[in-house]
Amino acid sequence: MSEGVLMAEIVDIVLLILLAITGIMIIRLRNLFAAVMLTGIYSLVSAGLFVVMDAVDVAFTEAAVGAGISTVLLLGTLALVGHQEAEPTHRPILPLFVVIITGGILVYGTSQMPPFGGPDNPAQLHVAPHYLEESEHEVGHIPNVVTSVLASYRGYDTMGETAVVFAAMVGVLLLLSRGPLPKRVFHEGQWITVRPGETREELEAEIKAGGPVGIEATPPPDDPVPPDRTAGEGDTHG
Amino acid sequence: MTALGLFNYWAVIVLMMVGFYTLIARSNLVKKLIGLNIFQTSVILMYVSFGKVTGGTAPILVEAAHAEEVGETAEAVGGVGAEVVEAVEVAGEAILYSNPLPHVLMLTAIVVGVATLALGLSLVVRIKEAYGTIEEHELLDGPS
Repeated sequence: MSEGVLMAEIVDIVLLILLAITGIMIIRLRNLFAAVMLTGIYSLVSAGLFVVMDAVDVAFTEAAVGAGISTVLLLGTLALVGHQEAEPTHRPILPLFVVIITGGILVYGTSQMPPFGGPDNPAQLHVAPHYLEESEHEVGHIPNVVTSVLASYRGYDTMGETAVVFAAMVGVLLLLSRGPLPKRVFHEGQWITVRPGETREELEAEIKAGGPVGIEATPPPDDPVPPDRTAGEGDTHG
Repeated sequence: MTALGLFNYWAVIVLMMVGFYTLIARSNLVKKLIGLNIFQTSVILMYVSFGKVTGGTAPILVEAAHAEEVGETAEAVGGVGAEVVEAVEVAGEAILYSNPLPHVLMLTAIVVGVATLALGLSLVVRIKEAYGTIEEHELLDGPS
């Protein structure tokens, strides 16, 4: 084993351990702002790991999209929803149990896997040699084989990806472009809808009559906090 | 084959379980989405691990002509002999590349992941607006 290969493996192991530590810290933190920052670090460290594993295209996509755009999106959301996570209501015994069992089964599954980095692994023997040897002649003089595969051999994948991104964008626009939606308030064990313009007297009369209920927010409708609801507001913290 | 063996896969499984735990144990919806992100990155790491060939390089073709240039430059600068030029040329021919296919698939996965994150976050913003909370237990049982 050459010195370079050994170095690459040491860097690989160190970065993986760093990733695991970052992930566990993300779980433990209750401050969502810090968790989002750690998510950015997590993405950047994984981008470094992709470089070590020769996936340079994946690395700069992850650094730009994962560490960049995702962080911006998460921070924008935190500005709207507050950045303090509530204290847990019960001990997470069942989730821990499920996670440990699932992880154990997956580790058992890896016992059949070919060793990491083997040149004769099944994944290396199917279409990859064809791409590496023929893409220069079949696609054109594009040195980066990833580009050839992305745009030519698996062009339909990329088209499907575009369709997914378009659908997501339409969804985000539909969700966020509408004005204020009806508020929901918690009343006697269930969430009920406040109809726009409904007064408190009308509402109380409705509740007494047992008909359809809703509680009018006394402040103007653009106030995000109904008067009888203050719990769960993270904004008080910052 | 290498000192690494299956370590990469195990580390990926640990990361995957970290994300999975955040998804199922945490009640904050933003935290759940962060967990989903960690889960997704671990899957990407697993696929990239499949494509790695020990001693290989990134799948960007090194042309033999370029290798020759490198050799000639080395000759001009360092005064190395013709055998070095030849060695570099041979290296250019027989260079070992990692598998480009998983890289392509994971490029798609990263972009789709961000699209789903954006959609999830806009849902969270709307839930906060209507219910005044993004804690799952409060959404189910009312604000505490």
